[in-house]
Amino acid sequence: MRELSLNILDISQNSISAKATVVEVSVEENSAENTMIIKIIDNGCGMSEEMLRRVNDPFCTTRTTRKVGMGIPLFKMAAEMTGGSLEISSAVGKGTQVTAVFKTDSIDFTPLGDIDSTVITLITMNTHIDFLYRLTVDGREFVLDTKQLKEILGGVPLNEPEVVMWMKDYLKEQTQIIRGGVV
Amino acid sequence: MKTLEELLAIKAKAEKQMNVREEEGAGIRVVVGMATCGIAAGARPVLAGFVEEVAKRNLKDVSVNQTGCIGMCQYEPIVEVFEEGKEKVTYIKMSPEKVARVVADHIVNGNPVVEYTVASLNK
Repeated sequence: MRELSLNILDISQNSISAKATVVEVSVEENSAENTMIIKIIDNGCGMSEEMLRRVNDPFCTTRTTRKVGMGIPLFKMAAEMTGGSLEISSAVGKGTQVTAVFKTDSIDFTPLGDIDSTVITLITMNTHIDFLYRLTVDGREFVLDTKQLKEILGGVPLNEPEVVMWMKDYLKEQTQIIRGGVV
Repeated sequence: MKTLEELLAIKAKAEKQMNVREEEGAGIRVVVGMATCGIAAGARPVLAGFVEEVAKRNLKDVSVNQTGCIGMCQYEPIVEVFEEGKEKVTYIKMSPEKVARVVADHIVNGNPVVEYTVASLNK
């Protein structure tokens, strides 16, 4: 994967397959410690202990069209290459939490990339699921919560073109503010 | 600056338009493969490209959806176009550049772009 945001999109698809109704994607950057922590937390069906042991295996998959999965192993590799780590905790019926720690000063650090595009894709393609996107940069935080957007929009769907445009601009501006840029 | 208040205005406008739209059904379904293989091969900008083109052209009876692995990972990004009464068309190795042509030729004018399809492999 060329960007970590693509790994995030990929891992979040697992949450969707696990029938989650709420998925939280959080990116936390700390420039003093040179770390980026990515978390994907869902309230889906969760995994058994046996499955949890197997998910790091590239040949572990629930897909029926092919014998390899690769989602978790690729994400884990991207984290470990930088000197970071990946951890998964899960409970059947409760949900799953994937936490990846990256060392951003490593030469092998893959850039986050177009995270806004990942968030927009997740939201607009799964309007029945609630997404909470949290970006934290050196303690400054920005949250986009589709629950809140849905309350405002009433029956107007989140994939309505004008709403999508609004979300794109909103994410861009709020990210700039968080990162200390000028809008 | 975009604010949450602006969403209220968008809502009011969209509700008016929705009443008109309810009478039309989704005639064409565009499905993009978004498993690990598709995403790694570049499916995200392809999907975004379809959503954008469909919105830009205001195509009311076209829906854009995602699916898992279609099973031909070496040809990702793969896009399938379903239209009632017609055979499914499978596009392979799609790119954002190819999307505009597929929308113009196939979705709008009904002529599949044969050289982008999986059928072109046998020729």
